[in-house]
Amino acid sequence: MTEYHPQYANTITKYVFVESPGMTPSDIAIRAYEISQGVMIKETCFGLQITGKEDDVNAIISHLREIDPTHIFVKDRGFPPGDPRRCRANLGGARPGYFGHEFEISLVRFISKGLGELPKREAGSVPKPPIPFGTEKLDAKKLQKIIESEET
Amino acid sequence: MAKVFIYPTTSLILSDLVARFGHTPLSAALQIREHIQTPGLESPPLQITPEDPKRGLKWAAVEVPAGVRGRMSLYGPMIEQADAAIIIHDADFSFGCMGCARTNELIQFLLRKSGIPILDLRYPRTEEEGIEFVAAVRKFLQELDGGDA
Repeated sequence: MTEYHPQYANTITKYVFVESPGMTPSDIAIRAYEISQGVMIKETCFGLQITGKEDDVNAIISHLREIDPTHIFVKDRGFPPGDPRRCRANLGGARPGYFGHEFEISLVRFISKGLGELPKREAGSVPKPPIPFGTEKLDAKKLQKIIESEET
Repeated sequence: MAKVFIYPTTSLILSDLVARFGHTPLSAALQIREHIQTPGLESPPLQITPEDPKRGLKWAAVEVPAGVRGRMSLYGPMIEQADAAIIIHDADFSFGCMGCARTNELIQFLLRKSGIPILDLRYPRTEEEGIEFVAAVRKFLQELDGGDA
């Protein structure tokens, strides 16, 4: 066994996904580079990967979110970009995590719509979110109809 | 600011919404990052060491497969830290090459057993569902400690 020395110690990496009709990954990459100051930014087909000190990365992300708040989505990444244990240049094919991104990015337009509509909602209105299949309760009126149909 | 466990633990949508509404998402990436940024002995492919399945014994019995215990060494500490959880139930991608169905069941069992507030959802399939989905997540997060309710 050999000793292991982390490549980018004390840094964080975050994904920035952009799914916008008015912005492309290269647009936000340029905006990020403008204020990057030593942070590593990698442009990808879906957005960016930003690696650096936590405060620096968070500052860039806050700046990017302001540009298009409802169409930019951010999540943490464990590995830095290009890590040979995860990078498809070494492994071949898509990384396993890509399938999750591919699935969620196909639904993210509904989330964008939801974020855009939030300010218009009445205060105190009760949300009716999509609940898991099979947990829906039987409506009382429907139950009454079933009972009545059995009695007649 | 509350620590919110998200399931699927790699979810972009949940991770973003939790952070956007002012809380800390507990996602798999945080534990993976800690593993790969800790110096020690080379232990590819994910810097998972032989110690991890042993740590997993805290949450899964010894006769449970090592894969479940290894995964629980990542997720178990986050479940213990969590102040709340959001679970999406129809995340098919969290099973298969990406994950383990038994680990997923154990995670949900431990979350329910811990007694923390949990929001159960499924992915939105229409714009109307998207609007209600986001509103439900915001309401749930506002009601937690540190939320802006």
